Amino acid sequence: MCTVCGCGGHSVEDQFKAHLEKTGQAMAAPKAPFAVLATAAGAAASHSHSHDHGTIHAHGAECTHDIHLGHGPAGTEVPGMTQARLVEIETDILSKNNNYAARNRENLAKKGVFATNLVSSPGSGKTTLLVKTIEMLGGAPLAVIEGDQQTTNDADRIRATGAPAIQVNTGKGCHLDGAMIEQALARMPLPDGALLFIENVGNLVCPAAFDLGEDAKVAILSVTEGEDKPLKYPDMFAAAGLALINKVDLAPHCDVDLDLYEANIRRVNPAIEVLRVSARTGEGMQAWIEWLRAGLARKAS
Amino acid sequence: MHEMSIVEGIRSVIEDAGRAQGFERVTKVRLEIGRMSGVEIGALEFAFDVVMNGSIAEGAELEILNIPGKALCFDCEKTVEVEHRLDTCPNCGGARLLVQGGDEMRIKDLEVL
Repeated sequence: MCTVCGCGGHSVEDQFKAHLEKTGQAMAAPKAPFAVLATAAGAAASHSHSHDHGTIHAHGAECTHDIHLGHGPAGTEVPGMTQARLVEIETDILSKNNNYAARNRENLAKKGVFATNLVSSPGSGKTTLLVKTIEMLGGAPLAVIEGDQQTTNDADRIRATGAPAIQVNTGKGCHLDGAMIEQALARMPLPDGALLFIENVGNLVCPAAFDLGEDAKVAILSVTEGEDKPLKYPDMFAAAGLALINKVDLAPHCDVDLDLYEANIRRVNPAIEVLRVSARTGEGMQAWIEWLRAGLARKAS
Repeated sequence: MHEMSIVEGIRSVIEDAGRAQGFERVTKVRLEIGRMSGVEIGALEFAFDVVMNGSIAEGAELEILNIPGKALCFDCEKTVEVEHRLDTCPNCGGARLLVQGGDEMRIKDLEVL
């Protein structure tokens, strides 16, 4: 069959062989279909021609020169691509990660666990915020997965509160992925109805794209970082459901405009919730605890 | 960004497809990359050459199909086309845009032998 218009028999080569036999010519030693065609074009000039799309091919007697783009092996025509060799993939590049994430999400939903993925630049106070959060939750069932390139410092700080924690060291990696979370969950006791906190690698860029199976990404931005961070790193704030502006106790010392922080976050993501907190003084932390409890209640129902 | 991990994802999808569909050589890879996906095309091209070494797509040509960004304007409630996340609405000038498309990262198709 002609690979461009779909006319004729089973293959270009078979069809042309039949044509040669009919016209009494022997088949030239074929190397590849296109080598055959090239030979054929010379041998039987009157039966070969070039199509508008630049593909030279030979036709059997029954060809009507109609254009049927959907009849080739790929079922479609793409400029610059040969149909016989076109393989449709149509797959998300991150589909493997997304499969892990979907599995994690399903397993967590079965247990009624509310999972948050805490993302921020290094030093925004994620671990301090978590330690304070654990204290304020007062023994509610929870677990923590800590992501860093190296050291178990953060998991050690969480374990010091009595909460179970697993450290995932990514080595050279700049983000946690769905497979790492699956492995961590397999090693950690997670009671039904628990809160799961995943503290991602401190990085305002890469973790935005990798779904872990969490219910929400929580972006943490401290007042020392500058009001324009959401504009400089919009992907992270666009992916988050909640933003915490942390270290608000330092605001008077840093010449910052908290309203501008908030406006810039909403500029990137008009649907995001924003809370102002200080993990050190406890200011605003109750609203964050309420947000977590509301999320957990939604998962239980 | 994490272009290296992205290309590793591409390599694994291609190798799975090769096993499933029985091809051993990929000569061209076409990706659909949205404007808002956060992928740096130059870094992706560099990572592609490095990561594909030793795979069935070693030396393959990489073609990037750009997908325009789409956003919902919270002010005029229209879906509009935008270049960047921080653009204002081309319809009403509003600044509150919720990106709704153009963050795709897909492998569209392959040219194989």
